[in-house]
Amino acid sequence: MSSLAAVTASNLRKDVRLEWRSKDAVNAMLFFALLVVVIFSFAFDPTAEESRQIVGGLVWVAFLFAAIVALNQAWMRELRNQVLDAYRVSPAPANALFMGKVLGNFFFISVVEALLMPLFVVFYNLRSVGPAWQLVSVFLLGTWALVVVGTFFAAISLRTRSREVMLPLILFPISIPALLAMVEATTMVLTGTETPRFWITLLLVYDVIFTTVCLLLFETVLHAE
Amino acid sequence: MKFKILAVITFLLLSYALYQGMWAAPREATMGDIQRIFYYHVPSAWTSFLCFFANFIASIIYLARRNLKADAFAVSTAEVGVVFCTVVLVTGPLWARPVWGIWWTWDARLTTTLVLWLIYVSYLMLRRYSTGQATPTLAAALAIFGFLDVPIVYMSIRWWRTQHPQPVIAGGQGSGLDPHMWAAVVWNWAAFMAFAALLIWVRYRL
Repeated sequence: MSSLAAVTASNLRKDVRLEWRSKDAVNAMLFFALLVVVIFSFAFDPTAEESRQIVGGLVWVAFLFAAIVALNQAWMRELRNQVLDAYRVSPAPANALFMGKVLGNFFFISVVEALLMPLFVVFYNLRSVGPAWQLVSVFLLGTWALVVVGTFFAAISLRTRSREVMLPLILFPISIPALLAMVEATTMVLTGTETPRFWITLLLVYDVIFTTVCLLLFETVLHAE
Repeated sequence: MKFKILAVITFLLLSYALYQGMWAAPREATMGDIQRIFYYHVPSAWTSFLCFFANFIASIIYLARRNLKADAFAVSTAEVGVVFCTVVLVTGPLWARPVWGIWWTWDARLTTTLVLWLIYVSYLMLRRYSTGQATPTLAAALAIFGFLDVPIVYMSIRWWRTQHPQPVIAGGQGSGLDPHMWAAVVWNWAAFMAFAALLIWVRYRL
């Protein structure tokens, strides 16, 4: 167990250090999501009242697309110099590699979300009617749902012919319930009409189920020949 | 030989089911003849759900035993399942337009079926795009994800659209179905299952 945690930690450290030096993924995501924010604001031109209704959807669509950018790159790095093959023959537990990647991506995407949320507030004149602290749990659980399944599917789509196209094609259908839950919960908090408890529970259930399945299946997928 | 017997049985069942659905079953009082699409819609739905379930089981067997036959069975069931699911998604709006007055509504069953269809189309696309020996394993992993996702989708959409009236099939019609209508549904289902088995068999042999 300690070796699992140790390998996870060193994988995570490596990814964070690489990202810190290049800032490739975070920069790409930030700029991409920023463009989405601006384009949506031109496309819908909402008033403050309207934006409260639609921004839950906009935020998550922007972050979903931005996450795809990062997730596609996450495993690409390991293809260079056959790093992934080295992982396959190494005795290190496969799940440590997976968890390292998931935690890394989770961290990067959370940073991007934290940086962009103020922009959403400014551009869309947002003022939450409901208790805004609930958004924290929605964002943590929602990002985890995207990242854990996304990292797993990125490892799958890595083996296909058109890698970058394949990831959204397999990730979006599976993520529909999670996405619905994030959007509904965010909208409910912002408009303060209902309590988002059901949706947060649903996200939690989704996270638990799919994290388990990912951990069960990742070794098989990594070693698939 | 067995294959030919199944083909003949399928043909007989399909013809008898057609007779049952088109002539033997009584005309529905309010909806008229348009209701007869029900005998194709519902059995197709059951058949496709069973196909996806078989796909799930076959995928697990493949991952556990690395049996290529299980993988071949998984592909065939997914393909046939998508075909029947498409039938469901096409006949549904055809029926809904005159009866509900709209082609489509984002109600729990419709949306879940659509998402189910999307998931299995993405499964087939993954198989098409993926290269090399890893395909069966990757596809089996995706199949397990897809199957586990369906109940969550259903739950979430049900909650999302609580205000919406339940579909007609779930309400009065399912409980108060005329015995003749039941016969038509069951015969059509048997026929469609045989047809699906035939298609899976053909595909499996390839």
